[in-house]
This record gives sequence, C-alpha cells and structure tokens, in this order.
Amino acid sequence: MDKIDSITSKTVALPVENVDTDQIIPARFLKATSKVGLGSKLFADWRFDAEGKAKPDFVLNRPEASGAQILVAGDNFGCGSSREHAPWSLTDYGFRAVISTSIADIFRNNSLKNGLVPVVIDAASHAKLLAAPGAIVTISVADRTVTLPDGGKASFPIDPFARYCLLNGVDELEFLLSQDKEIAAFEKQRA
Amino acid sequence: MSMKPRTMFEKIWEAHLVRPPTADTPAILYVDLHLVHEVTSPQAFTWLRERGLKVRRPERTVATMDHSTPTTPRGRDGKIPVLDSAAAAQIATLEKNCADFGIELHALGTDGQGIVHVIGPEMGVTQPGEVIVCGDSHTSTHGAFGALAFGIGTSEVSHVLATQSLLQQPPRTLAVTVEGQLRPGVTAKDIILAVIARLGIGGGTGYVIEYRGSAIRALSMEERMTVCNMSIEAGARAGMIAPDETTFAYLKGRPRAPQGAAWDRAVAAWRQLPSDPGAAFDREEKFDASALEPMITYGTNPGMGIPISGDIPSATNATGEKALAYMGLQGEKRLMGHKVDVVFIGSCTNSRLSDLRAAASVFKGRKVADGVRVLVVPGSQAIKKAAEAEGLDRVFTEAGAEWREAGCSMCIAMNGDQLKPGQYAVSTSNRNFEGRQGAGGRTFLASPLTAAAAAVTGRVTDARDLV
Ligand code: SF4
Repeated sequence: MDKIDSITSKTVALPVENVDTDQIIPARFLKATSKVGLGSKLFADWRFDAEGKAKPDFVLNRPEASGAQILVAGDNFGCGSSREHAPWSLTDYGFRAVISTSIADIFRNNSLKNGLVPVVIDAASHAKLLAAPGAIVTISVADRTVTLPDGGKASFPIDPFARYCLLNGVDELEFLLSQDKEIAAFEKQRA
Repeated sequence: MSMKPRTMFEKIWEAHLVRPPTADTPAILYVDLHLVHEVTSPQAFTWLRERGLKVRRPERTVATMDHSTPTTPRGRDGKIPVLDSAAAAQIATLEKNCADFGIELHALGTDGQGIVHVIGPEMGVTQPGEVIVCGDSHTSTHGAFGALAFGIGTSEVSHVLATQSLLQQPPRTLAVTVEGQLRPGVTAKDIILAVIARLGIGGGTGYVIEYRGSAIRALSMEERMTVCNMSIEAGARAGMIAPDETTFAYLKGRPRAPQGAAWDRAVAAWRQLPSDPGAAFDREEKFDASALEPMITYGTNPGMGIPISGDIPSATNATGEKALAYMGLQGEKRLMGHKVDVVFIGSCTNSRLSDLRAAASVFKGRKVADGVRVLVVPGSQAIKKAAEAEGLDRVFTEAGAEWREAGCSMCIAMNGDQLKPGQYAVSTSNRNFEGRQGAGGRTFLASPLTAAAAAVTGRVTDARDLV
C-alpha cells in the first residue's frame, strides 16, 4: 500500500445523509471477480439515467467537481452492505478521503484497507465544508487534522494502528501474518 | 476471588483474544467459523494466490452460492439455468477457489445450498459462544445463538482465510430490552423494525446489541434470527441473544452439532455464556412488546418505519424530502391502502419455514390480487423441501404466487429477480435503499403476514383486518 501522510485537494460536497453502499455502487455491478474499473460505476444510479447518459445536475457530473479527491458527505456515510466494492469504486474514481460527521463501521474499516481516509469531524466544521464546496483543504493523517475554508482546523479521531498503517503504507495482512506464532499458540491452548 | 460481572459479549470476546489490544495495536480476535459466498470472496482468493498463501483452517470455512444465483425453477434436466455470464463466471470462480483451497462448498443445485445465513444454523455449524464472520453485513443473524457474529469486507475475508484471525477495535455494548407479550399478528420482524425506527439507521454504530427481556426469550430460534439479522440496519456491528433451552432444542441433532458426551459438555459451557446479573452495558433501550403494532417502512432506509396504521411523517430536511420524492409519497398521509405491484417473501430475514407458514396462512383459500406479482423464495434447499412436504408450495402456487429455488433473489436484485422502475413492492427482506430491489424500484419492508396480506389485496394492508 502507498504511504499517506497528507492529502491536499479541492472538495466536492454531497450533502445527503445515510448514503448507503447500494448507492455508492449498486449490487448489479458486484458480479466482477476483480476490483479494477469500478470507478465507472460509482454512484451509478445517481450519475446516469436509465439510458446511461450523465445526469447534469448530479454533483459529480458538474465541471467544477472534476479532479476533486475529497468527498464531503452527509452523516452516517457508507451504511448498509459490507461490500468493499464501495471504497474500491471511490478510490478507482479518484477519491482519497471521505469527510462526514459519522461514517458507518464496516465502510470505515474497508476504507482504511484501501488507502481511502475516513475523516469524522464535528458538525460545525462539517457545515463549513459543506457550505464551501470546491474549497482546497488539507487532511493531515500525521496531525489528525483537516483545514477549513475559514482558515481554521478541525481534528479527527483515528486509532493509532490505522494511522500507523496509513503513514507507513503497512498492510494489515502482513501484520497478522507476522503474528503466526501467537495464533498457533492460541489454537494449541484451545485444542 | 470475585469477578466483575461480564456481558455475554465480553465473555465471547475475551475467550477469542489471541492478543488483547494495546495502546498501539488493535485486538487480534480468533475466528471459529468463516462463511463464504461468491460475491465478496473472489478478490480475497486472488490475493492469497498472489502471495502464495494457504487457507489456514479450511475446516472452519464453509461456502455457498446465494447472491448472484438465479432462483428460477429447474429445467427438465433438474438443473438451475444460469443465464448471466458474469454471474456464471463468479459461480465458477467460487467452485475453483473452494476446490483449490479445500473448502466445503454447497454449490448451486445441491441439497445443502441456500442463503449463507440460513444454512449455517440449519447445518448446526452456527453455535453459541463462537466468533463467526462472513463477507456480508447480515452475518449478525447468527448472533441469535449467542455467538459474536459480524460482517467483514473482502480484505478482511483474506485476513481470515490466511490467518483465521482479525484485527478488531473493541465495540461498545447496547442492551435492547423488550418486555411483555406481543399481541396477535405482531411478529419478530415488527419488533426489529420498531427498534430500528427508534434507534435510527446510524443509531447503533459502534455497538454490539444484546436483545433481552421476556419478549425476546419467548421467540423461537427462527424469530430470534429475524431480530438479530437486522442489527446492521441500525448500524450495529452485531446483535446477539443469550442461548437457552430454545437454542439447545434447535441445535440438538443437527448434522454439525456436537453429539453424545460432547453435546452435554457443550451445553454445560453454553449455559455459562449469558450476561452475568449486574453486568454493565454502555447503553440500554427499553421497549414494551405489548404496545407494538405491525410495522412497515415508507422511506429509503430501514429506520424509516411506522406502525402500519400510522401516518407517513413529513420530511424535516433535504434527505427526508429526497426519500419521499423517490418513494412518490407525501407526509401526513397514511400508507395503508397504497397500491402494490410486487410482493417478495424471502431473504435471510424472513425465508425460513415459520415465515413461509405465516405467509401461507394468509394465502390459504385466497388469490393473489390482479396485476400483482408474488415471489415466494425459500432461504435454502432444505427449507424448500420441508415446505413442499407440508404442501406450502401448493398453497402459494394455487393462490397465484411463484414458488422459486433458494437464494437471495429480489432482496439484492443481482440475479435476475428485480423490480421494474417505479414499481412498489412489499418485501420481507431487510433493505429498502433506493434501487436495492432493482433500479427505480420502491420497497416497503414488512413481515411475512403483512406481505402476504398485500399480495391478496394488492394494497398495503393490516393482515389482522383480513377475515
Ligand atoms: S438475502 Fe439479502 S441481505 Fe440476506 S445475504 Fe442475501 S442479499 Fe444479503
């Protein structure tokens, strides 16, 4: 995994609450056996009409959203299905972080394993970001902060291990594999 | 030495700690049972191959095919035709992965096939005190047996395949206490829809729920599974119910349950699992079972539920307006009497024998209303057989409903069973998200009784009003 120290990008605002992973990537696109190319299906039913034409009013289809790597979304982002296809489609599309006032459990876990930084901030700071879509902000994983359009900063929680993995590009599976002795001892003691 | 009273969650968690959490690292939790299906596993097996890894405990791993498999009735050759080439490739991939890595597979067309959360309990591999995971958020279903069961992503599927372990941050605990007696016509599905309506779709985030109280104790295992199944719909990581005589009676004699002296030892251990008196939960929510009504959802997430005779709440923000607009509904109006195009009876929430019996009790002697399509989809091949042995299939087909093969079907609409844009469905499944049952489709979630009542009237109907 690539190391992530900080991300600076313009934002795109999606002020919808409870965005579930069925919206992020509808189930009919889950028949793939690889994770490549899912970005083209991101938010498929919000981005495209029944004929597959881009809906001009959807925020990701507006010219000013192009190139944004930070998605600012409403509360409880990523709820519902455990499909890891959700962060896969977001990262494949070009997103590197999601900011909200809360992020669903499984989605947050899945994001961390794919270099998509889940950022949970207080409602007042979140409102500032929603009110200024397109603002250039910096998320610092090292400092656990995000800059705000008014020059302020909001801090966000991230558990020390997740932060360590992002900063050092460590893959959790490598870490678990390194615990082979402990796992074997546990199995032996239970047998 | 006096021990601090512990919750059931804490007992199971502590018994599975390969390594407790430290200031710098999460806990390493051992997994007893890993369930696998075709949709969330292919990439995990690919990564194992890329790294030259084996499956650490194939004997603790069980696979089935359910999500992308068709449920269309078998052809003359007795085979279930897979028409979709992407689905066929996914099915073939799981077959190859299970063969290569030595994993037990209940393939499409075999007697053991079914929805992953239905067959685990049926086989008796789901047992009290276990840690159970699956690349599927409704893994919480298995918590009905007093197991810690939760959904994981595909990366974590690869972690469990390779190490039988997971990195976990400890969750908080939430007691949902339901006391009293349900009124006739009010079911386990109505309990859980009422719980989610109160907690909200994100209200349980970060928690493991333990359902307790006299109303929960009175439920059968199948009903307890319905309750635990939808824990994720409140955002909770897992839901669980303490094992008791009901649990043991369900498990006894199942093919994979312990037998003989091992059974007695297992039951003795399982009796130690329930939360100790005085064990502290981080939070508690109390419900009065006798005050519950049949519930139905009106919006685009499972937290948007109301008593069936109630008014649709008006939207209080843009998200609420978006939901009502998608559903084509207005606030301050009743949902009762609303037209229905499709009825889906199935899914890991409500596709077990008792659900089918409940639905059949409504269909018996009645006909499906004109213009309504009704799918009845058993959760497993075993349920299908058992239902046919009691003649339930004929009750459904004589009423004009379709009797299908086992699978997820219209719950997820990636297998050919789906709504058309704009259609309204009453579904016994667990998610009413936009497009969940087919792009543009609109879902009302409810119990099998309510779904069957809608099927025979063509409208949202309180089953208690049918005479
Ligand atoms: S029935 Fe629906 S919710 Fe259950 S496992 Fe299948 S797709 Fe998931």
